[in-house]
This record gives sequence, structure tokens and C-alpha cells, in this order.
Amino acid sequence: MIVELGHYALVLALATSLLQAALPLAGALRGDRALMEIGTIAAKATFLLVALSFCALTYAHVTSDFSVQNVWENSHSQIPLIYKYSGVWGNHEGSMLLWVLILTFFSALVALFGNNLPETLKANVLSIQAMITAAFALFILMTSNPFNRLLNAPGEGKDLNPVLQDIGLAIHPPLLYLGYVGFSVCFSFAIAALIEGRIDAAWARWVRPWALAAWTCLTAGIAMGSYWAYYELGWGGWWFWDPVENASFIPWLAGTALLHSALVMEKREALKIWTVLLAIMTFSMSLLGTFLVRSGVLTSVHAFATDPTRGVFILIILILFIGGALSLFALRAARLKAGGLFAPISREGALVLNNLILTTAAATVLTGTLYPLALEALTGAKISVGAPFFNMTFGLLMLPLLLAVPFGPLLAWKRGDLPGAAQRLFAAVAFGLVVGCVVYYAQNGGPILAALGIALGAYMILGSMMELFLRSGLGKVAAGVAWRRLSGLPRSVFGTALAHIGLGVTLIGIVAVTAFETEHIIEMKPGMTAEAGGYSLRFEGLRKGNGANYSEEVGHFIVSGDGVAMGDITSSKRIYTARRMPTTEAGIRTFGLSQLYVSLGDDMADGGIVVRVWWKPMILCIWGGALFMMAGGLVSLSDRRLRIGAPTRSKKPKPVLEPAQ
Amino acid sequence: MTRKQKRLAIIGGGVSFLIAAVLLVMFAFSQSVAYFYVPGDLAKADLAPGTRIRLGGLVETGTVKRGDGRTITFSVTDTLDRVPVRYTGILPDLFREGQGVVAEGAFDAQSAVFVADTVLAKHDETYMPKDVADRLAEQGVSLGGKETIR
Repeated sequence: MIVELGHYALVLALATSLLQAALPLAGALRGDRALMEIGTIAAKATFLLVALSFCALTYAHVTSDFSVQNVWENSHSQIPLIYKYSGVWGNHEGSMLLWVLILTFFSALVALFGNNLPETLKANVLSIQAMITAAFALFILMTSNPFNRLLNAPGEGKDLNPVLQDIGLAIHPPLLYLGYVGFSVCFSFAIAALIEGRIDAAWARWVRPWALAAWTCLTAGIAMGSYWAYYELGWGGWWFWDPVENASFIPWLAGTALLHSALVMEKREALKIWTVLLAIMTFSMSLLGTFLVRSGVLTSVHAFATDPTRGVFILIILILFIGGALSLFALRAARLKAGGLFAPISREGALVLNNLILTTAAATVLTGTLYPLALEALTGAKISVGAPFFNMTFGLLMLPLLLAVPFGPLLAWKRGDLPGAAQRLFAAVAFGLVVGCVVYYAQNGGPILAALGIALGAYMILGSMMELFLRSGLGKVAAGVAWRRLSGLPRSVFGTALAHIGLGVTLIGIVAVTAFETEHIIEMKPGMTAEAGGYSLRFEGLRKGNGANYSEEVGHFIVSGDGVAMGDITSSKRIYTARRMPTTEAGIRTFGLSQLYVSLGDDMADGGIVVRVWWKPMILCIWGGALFMMAGGLVSLSDRRLRIGAPTRSKKPKPVLEPAQ
Repeated sequence: MTRKQKRLAIIGGGVSFLIAAVLLVMFAFSQSVAYFYVPGDLAKADLAPGTRIRLGGLVETGTVKRGDGRTITFSVTDTLDRVPVRYTGILPDLFREGQGVVAEGAFDAQSAVFVADTVLAKHDETYMPKDVADRLAEQGVSLGGKETIR
């Protein structure tokens, strides 16, 4: 009954989203306030209905109602409760429902907090959001209905894919979708602006918080996914340039560009047309990512199941929205007036460089991802474009950007002083070089490129703090004065610094792991020791164990440094009972920012076991940097200038949270 | 600088960056793209020794041998032809005899042994590498059950 209610709620949500798509748009055209107001109500109603539907599916999963096909295929009565919850989106149908839930959540947020948007803009935005909602709700109902019943309810489910039975599944997809789908709001704002044929700095100020929020979530989602793959798959890798990863990384690159170009537009009214195009492209890349992951053109752990009709359906959605948006852009873009002028060397110039490099890099990743698909469709030849391609192209293209990052904030708007900025960055450059020399020396030579890479990271970290030092006058004025100046700076300055520092931190992690990681594959018998990263690892033996829904073989190791025992590592191989599927659970121990990573291989005939031991120096920097970036996003988001609807200092407390009449 | 010069500088810089990027992408493609073959294709393929390819097929039953410790040899077959493969490392969890596999690497210059540096198996129990499944299906090899692929 509850399941049918969920199904019915989803159908109703489709109906309300169709109303929300048509009426406010018509209202905005005719200047009819009542019609426009319907959008606000409909957006809230749609969200509630989709949430109801989602709760119904969750209920079916948690109570293990195997008469529901989706539950039967992807759940099991024995799995721990948390995976019954997260298993709701651990499958195609449920994850699409989560996609729509988050989409309607964002629409509802616009409806709730968009009170100080111009009426027509708000109405148009809600209408575009509803069109996307309707398309995907229809997709779910037509091709991927999670509420299908089975005639004869089986007694037991087919189990959730063991790789997905991890806390990562509870966190990664929702965060990723919050990011992916969050960019839909920017898209809708862009389309609404094109429909009205009018766009100004205020538009950028309204769009930026949404872009920032989506970008922060996407950063978190990608970083979380990367860490999850790292510890769960047992291969010791943290990024594989897998098409599915690229599908989330391309919107991230485009979204990062959007954040920066919206800044130019907000401050200087320049780059209007470009910003609108970027807003369209960012969400288009999200849609394309959804298509790649969900249509089954790629096989991966993310393509839960495949069905050609789904691929065609999403492709049609993709063509309608991207094609429609770009056509509208072609028709209307000329109407948007170009904005202020600036010299090539200026803050705007730096941000244009940022955009140029980020979009080119995104296009490169996109090319590498789609080329094999296009080639196969056209000639039938099967190729794989792997990590070497992406490392070469993406790495080289990003290099100038990384060098330029600290310069950006130090250049003035309109006309910047490059030698002046370089002079101010002298300390950062010197710091970077010193760090590089220390690394080179400490590694007894070692690869010179690695030392340079770490030097670059160190330069970026100090260079990104430079604006804070300069603006507070730290070292030149009394500490108290400097502190007061520092606390008076707008939060967005701190946000910028944090995010840029994060980039440097991530870079250091990537370079250190790539250049200095060690990997040993050893046959070990109990009592043997292996050396890695200056620690020795003694194999104590294997024991058998049983978990809630798996049996496992656990290898026990004792780590010691300089003869002193420092703790133990357990690494296991599991066989999940329901699917008879083996998985490897890596054993990881953290030393500072570095990790010792142990995974088990095959048993040997003589009682030994193959063990793979990695030393991963500084690896936590990779995700630590992402934490800095997220913190940067959140701090910027809390800047009062960006608080939704606070373009100017308001005289009285804003009635944003007042209940709707 | 005049207005025109400013615009020219920005556009010129952008275009030259884009051209550099396109050249870089083309160069990288020529360097690092690996073609996919099943054993039956290799006779026609005429590969230069050392060319990186992806070799797909089934792990032939009864051919998996563990040499000294980490080195493993096995044959990849499309049921008609077979290729001996040597691999040093830990095999993926789902590597089994009679199951689909993709090995990445190059042929040894002296012998006809394919030296793999990466071995990928199925992602989970119900699917097999798409490239393998497609090609085997073309050759009329039925994999039984759910594994006869799309």
C-alpha cells in the first residue's frame, strides 16, 4: 500500500511539475502575478510529493519488502540496516529518484528563498526547473520505475552489490548529486535571462551562491568518491580517469570556471554572454554525465543495469535541453550587451585566463571520454583512452593555471600591475624553491620533476595567503591592527585563499604519491616481515571470520618502526554469501599524512599468501586539499554580499524565513 | 593599448592556447590509445612488437599456472584462437577460469607471449567487460545465462 502511494505521489509530482513548467512561464509573458505565484506553490508541492515517493521506496527497502522488484534485485534481509537505507540509491531506479528529489529540493529552495528576485525572473527559473523535473520524472515512470511489483514475492533478495556495502554509498551519491543537480539552478537562471533578454550584475550576484553551493557539494562528492574507491577497491589507486569519474569531473571543471566568470560579471559587468554560456554548459555536462553513467553505454560499477530504452530516453532529454538551450542562446545572446573593458593584464584578464584553461581542460577530458564511444559508433574499432592520455594533456594544460593562481587576487581590476604582483609573490616563489630543494635533497636526487611539482604546490599555498598578509599589513603594522584589519576583510577573500591553498595541498599530495609511492608484492608466511616507507610489517597469520552477511579471511599484521611496535593492520578478503562475490578489504594505517596500505591476494599452496603492500607518502593531502576547497566554498557562501537577496546592506533583519502567507 | 589592441591580445592569446591544446590532444592520442583485440583478430592485425593493446576474451579453463610466486600465466581465448599471457601482480578478485578478462600490455618481442601489466576482470558477477562480451557475441559464442550480453 505504501509502495503504491509512493508510485502515485511520483505521478502526481509529474503533474504538478507540468503545471509548474507551464503556468509561471505564461504568467511571466503576460505579466500575470497570480499565474507566476503558482510556480512557488507548485515547486514546494512537487518537492513534497517526490520526497513522499522517496520515503515510500525507503520504507520498502528498510522493511525488505521483496514483492517490490527493485528491493528484491538490490537488497537482502541480512544486510546491516544502514545499507538498507543507503541501498535505496545503490541501484539505477533509486538513484534516479534521488536525482529528481535533489532537483526538486533545489526548486523548492528557489521558491522559498527567492522572494527578492524580480517576479518574472523567479517565475521563469521555476518553470525551467520544472521542465527538467518533468522530463526526469517521466523517465523514471516510463523506463525505470522503482515501484514495480512482482507477482509472486520471493522470500529473499538478490543482495546489494558487496562493493556498495560501505558507508561511502551513504555519502558519495547524495553529495555528488547535490553538486551535479545544483548546477541546474544556474542553468535555469541562464535560460530565464535569455528568455527575458536582459541580464546585469545583479543576475550574477543571484547565481553565484547557487554555483558556489553546488560546486562545494560537487567537490565533496568527487573527493569522497575518490577516497571510497581508494580504500574499497583494494587497488591502491585514488583516480583512474574512468569515464564515470570523468563524467563528474567535467562539470566540476566547468563549474569552477563558472564561479570565476560570474565574479567578473558581478564586479565589472563583463563576460556576460560567456557566463550565460558557461552556466548552460556546466549543467549540460551534468546531464551528459548522467547520460554516460545511466544509459549503459559504459560498463562500470555505476551502470547498475542496462536497458537500451533508458539510453535512448536520456539521450532525447539531453538533446532537447542542451539543444534547446543552445538554440535560445544563439537567438538571444546578441541582445545581451557586452560589458566593461579591461586590459589583458588585470584581475579580469587573470579570470579570463582561468576560464580559458579550465574550459579547455574540460573539453580535453570530454574528448578523451567520448572519443572511444564515437569511434566505436562510427568505425566499430574498440579503443581505450587511459590514464596516460589524460595525465599528459590535462596535466600540461593545467600547469600555467597553477602558476597563475596566486597572481589573480593580487592584480587590480581593469588594469593590473604584473611586475608589482610578481614582486609581492617573491616570498612565495622563494619558499617554493626552498621546499623543492629540501625535497630534492631529502630524496637523494630523486626525480627532479617531483621536486618541482612539490615546489609549485608550496608556492601556491604561500602565494594564496599573500593577499591576506598584504591586506592586513601583517609584519608592517602592530599585530593588533593587523588582526583587526584581517577580521574586517570580506569573507570571500578568505574563501578564495582557502580554496587556492587547497589546490596547492592537493597538488603536493598528487605529486608525492605519484613520485614516491612504493609498491611491493610479496609472498608471505606467518612470521615474515616486509619493509615499506621505513616501517616493517610482520605477518602474524590468517584467521577466518564471519560478518553479518559474509565470511572472511583476515590477515593480521604488526607494524613497527625502528624495532618498536606501533600498532597493527588487518586486511581481509570477503566472500559475500548471497552473491558468492569476493571483495578485498584493504588494511590501512595512517602515519601523519602518509598511509601504509595492505591488501591480500591469492593463497599459495604452501600456506603463504600473496600480499601487496604500498607506502603512500602524503596521500591524505589529496583529499585534505579538497577539504580546504570545500571550506573555501562554505566561507565564501557565508559572505554577506552573497547571501541570497542581500545585494546591498539591508537596514533591517531580512524576513527571509518568514512563513509564506 | 587601444581598445582594438586589447581585444586582439586577448583573442590572440586565447586562440594560440586553444591551438596548442588541440595539438597536444592529437599528440597524446597518437601516443597512448590502446586498441582492443580478441585472439582471433591478431593474425590479421599485424602489430609492431611493443605496441600496447588490450587483449580480451575468456580465461581458458585449465591454463592458469602460478609460476614463482607473483607471476601468473594463463591463456586468453575467444574459443577459436588462444594467446598465452604472462602477468606479474595480484589478479582482480573476480578473475576466474572460464570467465571474461581484459589484459592490457604488449607482446614480448622474442616469444609470442603477451606480457600484461594490467588485468581487468568483470566488475561483478552479472556483467562482463563490455568489449569482450560484444566481440564474443559477434563470433557466436554464447556465455550462458545473463552473461549473453545485450
